[in-house]
Amino acid sequence: MSLTETIQSKYKELNAIAGNGLLGSVRAKAIEVFNTSGIPTSRNEEWKYTRLAPITNKNFELNIAAALPSKETLDSIRLHADAAAELFFVNGVFVKELSKINSESLVVLNLHEAAESEYKNYVQLHLNQSSKYNKDGMNALNAAFVANGLFVVVKKNKVVENPVFVYHLTDTTSDNHFVQPRSLMVVEENAQVQVAELYKNNGSQESFTNEVFEIAVRENARLEYYKVQDEDENCHHVGTTHIQQVGKCFTHCVTVTLNGGTVRNNINMILEAPNNEGHLYGLYMVKGNTHVDNHSIVDNIQPNCFSNEFYKGIIDGRATGVFNGKIFVRQDAQKTNAYQSNKNVLMSDTATVNTKPQLEIFADDVKCSHGCTVGRLDDEALFYLRARGIGEKKAKALLLHAFAADILEQVKPAALRSYLENKIDERLNIDE
Amino acid sequence: MLEIKNLHAQIEDKKILNGINLEINAGEVHAIMGPNGSGKSTLASVLAGKSEYEVTEGSVDFDGINLLEMAPEERAREGLFLAFQYPIEIPGVSTTNFIKTAVNEARKHRGQEPLDAVSFLKLMKERMKLVKIDQSLTSRSLNEGFSGGEKKRNEIFQMAMLEPKLAILDETDSGLDIDALRIVADGVNALRTKDNATLVITHYQRLLDYIVPDFVHVLYKGRIVKSGGKELALELEEKGYDFIKQELEAAVS
Repeated sequence: MSLTETIQSKYKELNAIAGNGLLGSVRAKAIEVFNTSGIPTSRNEEWKYTRLAPITNKNFELNIAAALPSKETLDSIRLHADAAAELFFVNGVFVKELSKINSESLVVLNLHEAAESEYKNYVQLHLNQSSKYNKDGMNALNAAFVANGLFVVVKKNKVVENPVFVYHLTDTTSDNHFVQPRSLMVVEENAQVQVAELYKNNGSQESFTNEVFEIAVRENARLEYYKVQDEDENCHHVGTTHIQQVGKCFTHCVTVTLNGGTVRNNINMILEAPNNEGHLYGLYMVKGNTHVDNHSIVDNIQPNCFSNEFYKGIIDGRATGVFNGKIFVRQDAQKTNAYQSNKNVLMSDTATVNTKPQLEIFADDVKCSHGCTVGRLDDEALFYLRARGIGEKKAKALLLHAFAADILEQVKPAALRSYLENKIDERLNIDE
Repeated sequence: MLEIKNLHAQIEDKKILNGINLEINAGEVHAIMGPNGSGKSTLASVLAGKSEYEVTEGSVDFDGINLLEMAPEERAREGLFLAFQYPIEIPGVSTTNFIKTAVNEARKHRGQEPLDAVSFLKLMKERMKLVKIDQSLTSRSLNEGFSGGEKKRNEIFQMAMLEPKLAILDETDSGLDIDALRIVADGVNALRTKDNATLVITHYQRLLDYIVPDFVHVLYKGRIVKSGGKELALELEEKGYDFIKQELEAAVS
């Protein structure tokens, strides 16, 4: 059975179990969109460089209920951060029973519970807002299965002291798996939180993740969001992070991709209120046959917003990178400051990068800038290091580490930062 | 220590060195002077192992080993040091870390254990005094935002840390005011022993007031056309390079 056939039969199965209600109507609308749009092809401008057909032509299992992994499997993915809250998705289904919620400042529910709870209003207001920006079949496909997702509220006036880690575990020991994690988070007024998503599969079969994570950030709140991808080449990923800055607030996002098969990250930063501030950072450091595509949208709707976007790429082997950064400045968004920069280093003759800034400005009193570079490591710098007795490999490693450091230093939670530092040093063989 | 025989080198198809012969012994200071474009910096780059230059003929023996067959890092570990005319700024690589890596690579090559943190810091403090370099510089990224003088002092500081057998100073005086020049020269002089040697490459005689050479060679069109003692530098300063050119033309006709 092909993935598209699996989708139709599983959709019926899920609807029979999950019933109607608020999520049911979201699913019903979404499956219609999906049935019309289908899996995006390269004919769609937004998907020009990222081909999904070679993946979706394969067979995948699709779980709609949770399976419980062993403790060993769970431990293999955990970072050493005992104080952190830990939330687990297994095969795309949020498993509340496995999760550790150690802060009074957090409300964690299953999304279908949330839709019937006192937080129903948040679900109505913020669920599926990303579909306004990502109108393709992948976003709709995730919404067509929305049920057992994650719902988090960071309570008003509360500061969550320790990071919240969201772990995604996919079991590919015996079958290919298609998984669709769905999350909605609301950071209430004056609240502060750091949230990080990490992914792991534990088998040699293929996984294909189609994720949507939506976050609404309210007045005076502060959000730090991190996404770290370090899966094997048999793991494919299409993910959308949609951040709605509802009130005047501050956000800081870092996406780091170290490995994977075909990886597509959409990140949307919607500056809905005046005086909003948002920062988007990204590092992709890939080799082999990895394909990584970072698509961002910064939408300035109201006046006096500030946004800064900085992505860096190191591409080796036959890997390909894509950066597509879209900035909208709407007619009312006077005094917008929006900056964007993308820098790439190609390490081999077969590495490729496509980088494209897109600015659509409808206001006349704004400051916007964008820039991108694609190059090799600086030969002069390399020679300087070697002329001091540092071997070629180590000299390259030092330069690449320095190149990546700009983004790594934006990773604030210590446990995550040291995890990434180690991974990158390991990759560069810096201690050899 | 260093024996250059009939060295020819070119970049792409442009011949720059046309048969250099030079012998440097331990304990000696040699100066190479010459007009712009005579091949001074090319000679320094070829000796340090810069890959853009192709050696087409000749040999370079460095204490019994064939220098031209070695990678730049191997030359450095064997005790060759080039103080760059234009030290490179490398953001994100800390000066201290860089020097520590360089020192320990050389130690590893000699079969020594890496320096522990305490001994390294002690050595660093001691050598920093030599070139009057401030701690705030070594905690910054390598040469990033350093002034011209700071960059050159950082070169000599690295030399002091690495204690090379042969130091090549490529136009170390360029862009230095007189005070910085003196500090740099004092550093170089303090590092002189009977076992090491220095090759000073310069356009002007000025630096040679402070680093006094045993031998002065004039490089012109990729060849050493005249050699002498330190007085040759003074003569060049007085008469300019034209007198060399005239001498050569007279010899030809």
